[in-house]
Amino acid sequence: MSTLFDTASVGRPASLVRRILQQGKYEAATMLRNGEQLVLMVVMPLLGLIALVATPLLDGIGPSRVAVATPGILALCALSTGFTGQGIATGFDRRYGVLRFLSTTPLGKGGLIAGKVIAVLVALSLQVVLISAVAAFMGWRPPLAGVLLGIPLLVLGAGTFTALGLLIAGTVRPEATLAITNLGWILFAAVGGIVMPAGKFSSVLGDFVQWLPSGALGNLMRAALIDSSLDVWGLVILLAWALVATVAALKWFKWN
Amino acid sequence: MTNTNSPALDISGLIKDVGPLAALDGRMKRIVSNISLQARFGAVTALLGANGAGKTTTIECAQGLQTRTGGTISLLGHDPAYGDAALRARVGVMLQDGGLPPAARPVALLRHVAGLYENPLDVDTLVERLGIGEFSDTTIRRLSGGQKQRVALAASILGNPEVLFLDEPSAGLDPQSRLMVFELIRELRDAGKAIILTTHLLDDAQRLADYVYIVDKGETVAQGTVQQLLSRSTTAMKQRELTFESSPGLDLAGLDRPGLDCTETRPGHYRLRGTLEAGDLERLGAWCARLGLMPTALHLASQSLEDVFLAVSQGGAATAEAGHAPSDISAKTAEGIS
Repeated sequence: MSTLFDTASVGRPASLVRRILQQGKYEAATMLRNGEQLVLMVVMPLLGLIALVATPLLDGIGPSRVAVATPGILALCALSTGFTGQGIATGFDRRYGVLRFLSTTPLGKGGLIAGKVIAVLVALSLQVVLISAVAAFMGWRPPLAGVLLGIPLLVLGAGTFTALGLLIAGTVRPEATLAITNLGWILFAAVGGIVMPAGKFSSVLGDFVQWLPSGALGNLMRAALIDSSLDVWGLVILLAWALVATVAALKWFKWN
Repeated sequence: MTNTNSPALDISGLIKDVGPLAALDGRMKRIVSNISLQARFGAVTALLGANGAGKTTTIECAQGLQTRTGGTISLLGHDPAYGDAALRARVGVMLQDGGLPPAARPVALLRHVAGLYENPLDVDTLVERLGIGEFSDTTIRRLSGGQKQRVALAASILGNPEVLFLDEPSAGLDPQSRLMVFELIRELRDAGKAIILTTHLLDDAQRLADYVYIVDKGETVAQGTVQQLLSRSTTAMKQRELTFESSPGLDLAGLDRPGLDCTETRPGHYRLRGTLEAGDLERLGAWCARLGLMPTALHLASQSLEDVFLAVSQGGAATAEAGHAPSDISAKTAEGIS
């Protein structure tokens, strides 16, 4: 009677690479199918870009409105996907025991995290292609050297925000994660120096937000994509945030 | 398959402390103080205990989900605290809360999990076998408890594991799901798997388990086959119950005797409780004949694991020793086992 199990060979894991790709594909598909996440990841940055190009908010900072707006909007994408998107998804996965279940499969905890990194990178790539295409349509012509510099900086930013998102998701209840990461998104986006150089409005605010991961990434992206230059101080600050967030997440993340 | 003579799972003197953050009073708290158990291939081993007895903690230590404070655990010859992907592929886990993402659809999720194994069981066969096809396009969050449990069970056996952990497998199961799940568990056992299940339902243990460990307040307090446990004899276990229904307000004189308590529990419902003997049935028959009545219902409760459970768990032990009124036993039952 027990044909289902007798004829089957006993459990062996798929290869490490296949497990991680499998999980990355699944996580990315889950993210992209989620309506609320799409609003946050695509609609909000697009609206932001159009608003910044249509209004005189950024006038007087760079060569054109779209040249100043696009780097910040790309940084905003990293914030949306890594911090708010992964934070909320992971918080609820933790609540429902999904993290614990998957960590008992051949995937394991390491594979779970690798899968999330892949999902964030896949989603971010799609966002970058979309935003860049729309910006190019509005006249954005970034220097090639700046683009080559900007890509690793954006990946570093996404990594930093993902570590921060996971730190929150792994330490507080999912409802609190939802509130904190959404509020964080609004604050970072509005006054965190990510899309608008905060120094334009107040030098006190500008001095403060340059210390935030949002301000550092915003400054880095604008320096790279407008002037093809590396904002070394911004890079130091962002690396410090990445290090602290990763260590803290490793230390305090609770799987259940 | 692995050498079937050595146990699939061998836990010895397990200790687990939680806190200080996890415990309410901010101090370390010992939730498992001494649990030892062995689970063999081709057998269903049950951990039976009230909620909070330490069952889930014990098997989560065995699964590598929690780190133990003391004791040793050998799972397929390995320490689960340092388990790698190869070990995890040989061990299936069904968590108490299922652990399934609410937004996922059952079949897509099972295909994803199957992709984590080198040569998993055929998803379609498993889906058909557990009747998952009828709700394959419904998201997990909209499934009934029984449907969710079936998906979680399917996910746990996709890799054709040698050891299978089932944490409260019949929680929330409707009768149809229960039948399917129990049948599959027996089939897995017959295929030589070592199955370890936790349950607070005595009926589950009685129907499924080949070997039972009774866990109370973080310790194993009794163990044996169901038959061995049932043959244990204590005062508490000799207490039996005979109930019958007839017209209300009958005169019970002549039915009771020292050691046998007789009451009308509610109008028309009567109960004899105590150390029932053959003579008591005779007297009941004579009493009925004298009153010229035929009971509309008559039930003699069979001795069950519940009696053993009450006798060995601390609440029950207190009742048995102090010889409290029988009604206390049902109070303990409701408190300790429900």
